[in-house]
Amino acid sequence: MSTDAPEDVAQPREKPPIEAVPVRHPGRWVGAAIVALFGAMLVHSLLTNPNWGWSLIGEWIFSPPIVRGVGVTILLTVLSMIIGLVLGIVLAIMRLSPNPVLNGTSWLFIWAFRGTPVYVQLFLWANIIALYTTISLGVPFGPEFFTLDTKTLIPAFVAALLGLGLNEAAYMSEIVRAGILSVDEGQEEAATALGMSRMQTLRHIVLPQAMRVIVPPTGNETISMLKTTSLVIAIPLTTELFFQASAIGNRLFQPFPMAILASIWYLALTSVLMVGQYYIERHYAKGAMRELPPTPIQKWRRKLHLGGAA
Amino acid sequence: MSEKPVKVLAENVHKAYGRNEVLRGIDMEIRTGEVACIIGPSGGGKSTFLRCINHLEKIDSGRLSVDGELIGYKQRSGKLYEMHDKEVAEQRRSIGMVFQRFNLFPHMTAAENVMCGPVVVRRDNKKIARERAIELLGKVGLGDRGDSYPMQLSGGQQQRVAIARALAMDPDLMLFDEPTSALDPELVGEVLDVMRRLAESGMTMIVVTHEIGFARQVGDLLAFIDKGVVAEIGEPREILANPQSKRFQDFLGKVL
Repeated sequence: MSTDAPEDVAQPREKPPIEAVPVRHPGRWVGAAIVALFGAMLVHSLLTNPNWGWSLIGEWIFSPPIVRGVGVTILLTVLSMIIGLVLGIVLAIMRLSPNPVLNGTSWLFIWAFRGTPVYVQLFLWANIIALYTTISLGVPFGPEFFTLDTKTLIPAFVAALLGLGLNEAAYMSEIVRAGILSVDEGQEEAATALGMSRMQTLRHIVLPQAMRVIVPPTGNETISMLKTTSLVIAIPLTTELFFQASAIGNRLFQPFPMAILASIWYLALTSVLMVGQYYIERHYAKGAMRELPPTPIQKWRRKLHLGGAA
Repeated sequence: MSEKPVKVLAENVHKAYGRNEVLRGIDMEIRTGEVACIIGPSGGGKSTFLRCINHLEKIDSGRLSVDGELIGYKQRSGKLYEMHDKEVAEQRRSIGMVFQRFNLFPHMTAAENVMCGPVVVRRDNKKIARERAIELLGKVGLGDRGDSYPMQLSGGQQQRVAIARALAMDPDLMLFDEPTSALDPELVGEVLDVMRRLAESGMTMIVVTHEIGFARQVGDLLAFIDKGVVAEIGEPREILANPQSKRFQDFLGKVL
């Protein structure tokens, strides 16, 4: 090597752009035209057919019984999902336990609650009063510590929560279990080698990583739960959104617009949930990607900046 | 040299996975401050033996003790009692381990990885633990990478973070399970450098490795484990220059 060699031979070279005629896609254009035509027809009929009852929907969409119904639906969704998630995590941990009693109990719970329809479960919870008029805590076949009357213990709302929450727990436990199993074994080993206990490892190392696998299906479950709340008619719990909407519809002899009204609310709520899910997923992607994907707002800003520069 | 107290003592250690006997009677004595290197063909039981020392694997027969204390068992009036998980965890605290595939926690930054043990296990103050984590990262040459996630680091950097993480628990024995085997050749040196400095500071180390050069330069003891037994053991330069068995000669012929 001579002494006057350049210091850094790995210099980047000039970068001339490739000038080529882009490929045309006539098939795609025809497809797009057909879809656009059907879209226009749909919009036309939505706007001109009076049977959709838009004015009626507008009149009732923010009425007190509907808004209250939306509130009950949201409350049911949130509380049932909390019950489902917490109990689901407990069931998943039990299912992975080496103890056969814990493991078997979890299996049995999932078997029973996943194997019967929610609608039937809701009905059963509402009618549990027929089976047990009192609930007491005590030693089996021995003394009782206290006794409660089921009629006061299980009003309609609580029955709805039990039905939806316990059913959800069975599904959530399988989702959580899949998440826990997805974490590399080396993670647990490394934590164990540091002197962490099984529970510390689970809480600080395994679960945070499992969340990346757990969150997307949980978002799905939440959206599904929001819609499943309409089944609490089986109890019956009548304050919820769909029951209120159809009650008004029946009274006005206009059931169809009121079903559309309920659908608009459900869509609005699920849209909000989808946005929430996006940001939660992004949070748990930490460390799994070299760079976090941009939020829609960031994407938009970048586009604006690029547009301004060009 | 031989006056130093015995740190790790293995007597007739056996371990089988089902019918597969991986360790078939290992004897070894490592004294405080020594660096013991273990070499041998893969599947010979090197890593399994290492994992028995901090009870990641349970031994089937024999005795294994660190600082005179049995690992995983208590002896009271001549009877052996299995240790509770909590007591085993306590024993592990003073034994650091570095893995072939680093096993850094991907959802934590380098500094969080290092401070995680002290904060979770010892309940150290977070601020103090963080300062110490940065200091330890500085010692492995990564003082400025505390906020990087493992994925943003090279393999060599990740392994150095893993070493810092093990050191954060203030161990007096460090186990290295093929620490450079998963690294690109150009990154091996930086990890070995850190290990060499650690050895110079007086740390007792057991290193399962394929780096014969490291064993020769840094090791006080070299063991050749083959088919679940210690086939040859002694001062590294001596036994490398003078391999007794055919198997050891063949093995050295392949790796050198």
